Amino acid sequence: MATAAIPQARRGLLARPTATTGVWSWFTTVDHKKIGILYWATAFVFFLIGGIEALFIRLQLAQPNGTVLSAEAYNQFFTMHGLTMIFLVVMPMGVGLMNYLVPLQIGARDVAFPRLNAFSYWTFLVGGIFLYSSFLTGGAPDGGWFGYAPLSRTLPGDGMTYYALGLQILGIASLAGAVNFIVTIVNMRAPGMTMMRMPVFVWMTLVTSFLLLFAMPVIAVALFQLLFDRAFGTNFYNPAAGGDPLLWQHLFWLFGHPEVYIMILPAMGIVSDVLPTFSRKPIFGYAAIVFAGIAIGFMGWGVWAHHMFAAGLGPVANSAFALSTMFIAVPTGIKIFNWLGTIWGGSVRFTTAFLMAVGFVAMFVIGGLSGVTHAIVPHDAQQTDTYYIVAHFHYVLFGGALFGLFAGLYYWWPKMFGRLLNEKLGKLHFWLMLIGFNVTFGPFHLLGLSGMPRRIYTYPEGMGWDTWNLISTIGAFTIGLSVIVFMVNMAYSRRRGEEAGNDPWDGRTLEWMTSSPPPEYNFATIPIVKHRDDFWHRKYIETPEGVPQRVHAGAAAEGAADEEPHGIHLPSPSYFPVFAAIGLPVMGYGVLYAWPLVLVGAVITLVGLFGWAFEPSVED
Amino acid sequence: MRRSTTRQVLLLCALAALAVVTSACANEAAPQDVLSPSGQFAREADRLWDIVFPIAVVIFFIVEGLLLYALFRFRRKPGREARQFHGNTRLEIVLTALPALILAGVAVPTVQTIFSQAEEPAGALQVEVEGRQFWWRFEYPELGVVTANELHIPVGQPVRLTIRGFDVIHSFWVPRLAGTIDVVPGRVNHLTIQADEPGEYWGQCKEFCGLSHGNMRLRVIAQSEQDFLAWVSDQQLDAQPPSGAAAQRGLELFQQTCTSCHAVAGLPNTPADDRGLVGPNLTHFSSRRTFAGALLENNDANLRAWLDNPPAIKPGSVMPDYNLTPEQIDDLIAYLRTLE
Repeated sequence: MATAAIPQARRGLLARPTATTGVWSWFTTVDHKKIGILYWATAFVFFLIGGIEALFIRLQLAQPNGTVLSAEAYNQFFTMHGLTMIFLVVMPMGVGLMNYLVPLQIGARDVAFPRLNAFSYWTFLVGGIFLYSSFLTGGAPDGGWFGYAPLSRTLPGDGMTYYALGLQILGIASLAGAVNFIVTIVNMRAPGMTMMRMPVFVWMTLVTSFLLLFAMPVIAVALFQLLFDRAFGTNFYNPAAGGDPLLWQHLFWLFGHPEVYIMILPAMGIVSDVLPTFSRKPIFGYAAIVFAGIAIGFMGWGVWAHHMFAAGLGPVANSAFALSTMFIAVPTGIKIFNWLGTIWGGSVRFTTAFLMAVGFVAMFVIGGLSGVTHAIVPHDAQQTDTYYIVAHFHYVLFGGALFGLFAGLYYWWPKMFGRLLNEKLGKLHFWLMLIGFNVTFGPFHLLGLSGMPRRIYTYPEGMGWDTWNLISTIGAFTIGLSVIVFMVNMAYSRRRGEEAGNDPWDGRTLEWMTSSPPPEYNFATIPIVKHRDDFWHRKYIETPEGVPQRVHAGAAAEGAADEEPHGIHLPSPSYFPVFAAIGLPVMGYGVLYAWPLVLVGAVITLVGLFGWAFEPSVED
Repeated sequence: MRRSTTRQVLLLCALAALAVVTSACANEAAPQDVLSPSGQFAREADRLWDIVFPIAVVIFFIVEGLLLYALFRFRRKPGREARQFHGNTRLEIVLTALPALILAGVAVPTVQTIFSQAEEPAGALQVEVEGRQFWWRFEYPELGVVTANELHIPVGQPVRLTIRGFDVIHSFWVPRLAGTIDVVPGRVNHLTIQADEPGEYWGQCKEFCGLSHGNMRLRVIAQSEQDFLAWVSDQQLDAQPPSGAAAQRGLELFQQTCTSCHAVAGLPNTPADDRGLVGPNLTHFSSRRTFAGALLENNDANLRAWLDNPPAIKPGSVMPDYNLTPEQIDDLIAYLRTLE
């Protein structure tokens, strides 16, 4: 970039930050690795909060006629638990790993738009804080994460207005991130890194980003309509004035179902990287697993009305969506078989990362099978809105997505921090979480089939639900215990964890070529890619019998970051992304409390964007 | 219930990890058990489950079994290297086609049942259903009967429900008689139910509808043809002016306080028709086994607690706390007990 020609006077509004270490550097960083860690750390804090909400829910339901929470508190807790785990935990944990790894895995020095990347993170953070500030200002959202109208437009208090505004802010973060990843993956791959040589995780990031790009605008429309109904008295969702409650459901689920795949595909990508490494084998059926991911991405748009089988859409619509729902199981099944095929014939090392990935496969099978039973519309009319559904999506999103994300964290932690997580504590974490998970959510199947609806804050004795609810609550605390073990492990690793070295797992993909943690510029020399699993092929050649043999030392290190590089221009830190993001919640509070604040917020964001636009991306 | 127990045990196996607790599950009676259908329409849905669930269990054991086998068989051992193969196209095609075929097989009876259940059966009793925060209104247009929370039906006859919304979305669900259907304001939905045996069938609102969603229950009371007709002719009668001093005082209080929301047919200065009112029609209040959205047994103690402070019992209830004195409450109860 021709930055040298820009005269001093046009350097922007604020003096350029220069620190690359220290607390302040985290506010101004545009390094994808730091942003990735910020995403993950923030999401983990929200994970703890959402988990505590879940424990309160489980305490309330442990016995009939529970008195732990009032109806008001319960409705806020289950709504915020859902919103938190979806928008503030699973999505950003995935995005955190994408941030850290996608540039490394494709051999790039950063994402395409580093400051936009920082803006995504800060927008996510302020959006989450905005949503949670509702607890302090008179009540959190209490209409369910699905916010069904007309209830959501008439619920008293500001909770659902926070919902409409907060999700809008989080949507901006997701959209900016999606654009960034698409451009990065399409344009910034190292020489020779063709699309069909990309790690599966990068592929799934690409599919996820496209899903975000198309899904977020749909929910944005619905949220604006809901906001207008609440703030300006419009009647989009007011049936008394000709509005249609089903419009909300169509828009919400047209976003909401792709959202499910937005949460699960990154985890599928992680598992597709972890299983081959610890099986010492290439992924089984790379092309099939990639195309299955793409097929899920497309078919994910054609199943939304299976969330509405009870809404009365009529037999034709119900049949059509039953069929599309059944057949989205086919590409999902392909992935399961391919993961089995990857382990098959391998030489398996049972690391924690591998166990978490296997946990994903094993639990996701259960969630997938119960998902197929939802497609049986006449019986779904029994299952819908019962704990059977709650069981299903926890098997998919906790047993699936979260196990996958933990697999990724155990796998890439040494790359991020240079030290390994402790394997003994890791395995304790895994087994406690697996057992706790099944004890918590397994009984939900039975509770649902014995007629327990979702979202009820209380139930009487004599419904046949007492035993399983109590067992489930015990399971939930077991999960809580496993999370404490994980936190101990993180603390242990930071101080006393084993030194990782560049390549602790005998990895296959480019990120293991560089140091741990990688230098800011990732690679001293951009690697030239000749194979899928390029790093593996630099380390091993295959004999004609298909047995890998180590090549002489040194060849693998070619292109690694062991010498100080010269002349690499990395984007400089900037104040403006965080500045621009801060204006967004200010606008939100303006809508809620004092209109002039909207103007203030808009000015903050515009000044941020202005400064950003006139600031050279690289400071000499 | 034996069949349902067997399936619960099967399901448990599917949950593999929970071998610990196999016996506990079947010991409690579950009045809303999905797996104990008691009428044609619930049974049709159940039949589909009986097809799909065993298939799912078999697939579960195959896949998880293969996974465990692979983990054991291919664990790292000294002297054995991983075989480097990248895939197997023929196997992949087979493993894609096989689930697709199974699903196509399942799809056929599913679609058939979807269409057959959408049709209105001949000779059905017509009932109009309205879900409200947080109770149910039932009207029999052919019979001139209006009631709340307890739907009386004759056994062995299909009952066609025409379902309308009022405030927010609710969902009508009596699991042993049929699957759920949403109550959507501005739309008309239909559901057919039928009960084989006389008895009480429990249900509750299934779509989150606000603070007391969990308290919005309902019961279907299935009766023999004779009993049903007797109930109908009782319900068709108007209320009579009460005798007794307490009931008299109760009536006066009722007319001052309650009639802006509640109708009682046959009284002067009291709306006879509950259309346009937010509360249930109370003409035959004391003939009902429950009240307050089928939440409470209809006895004096419950009624006293309810009248003392409705929102304390049913959060978000439209009926406010009228700060009635204990004497006023006794009078009101005396009057309400005359509404049979």
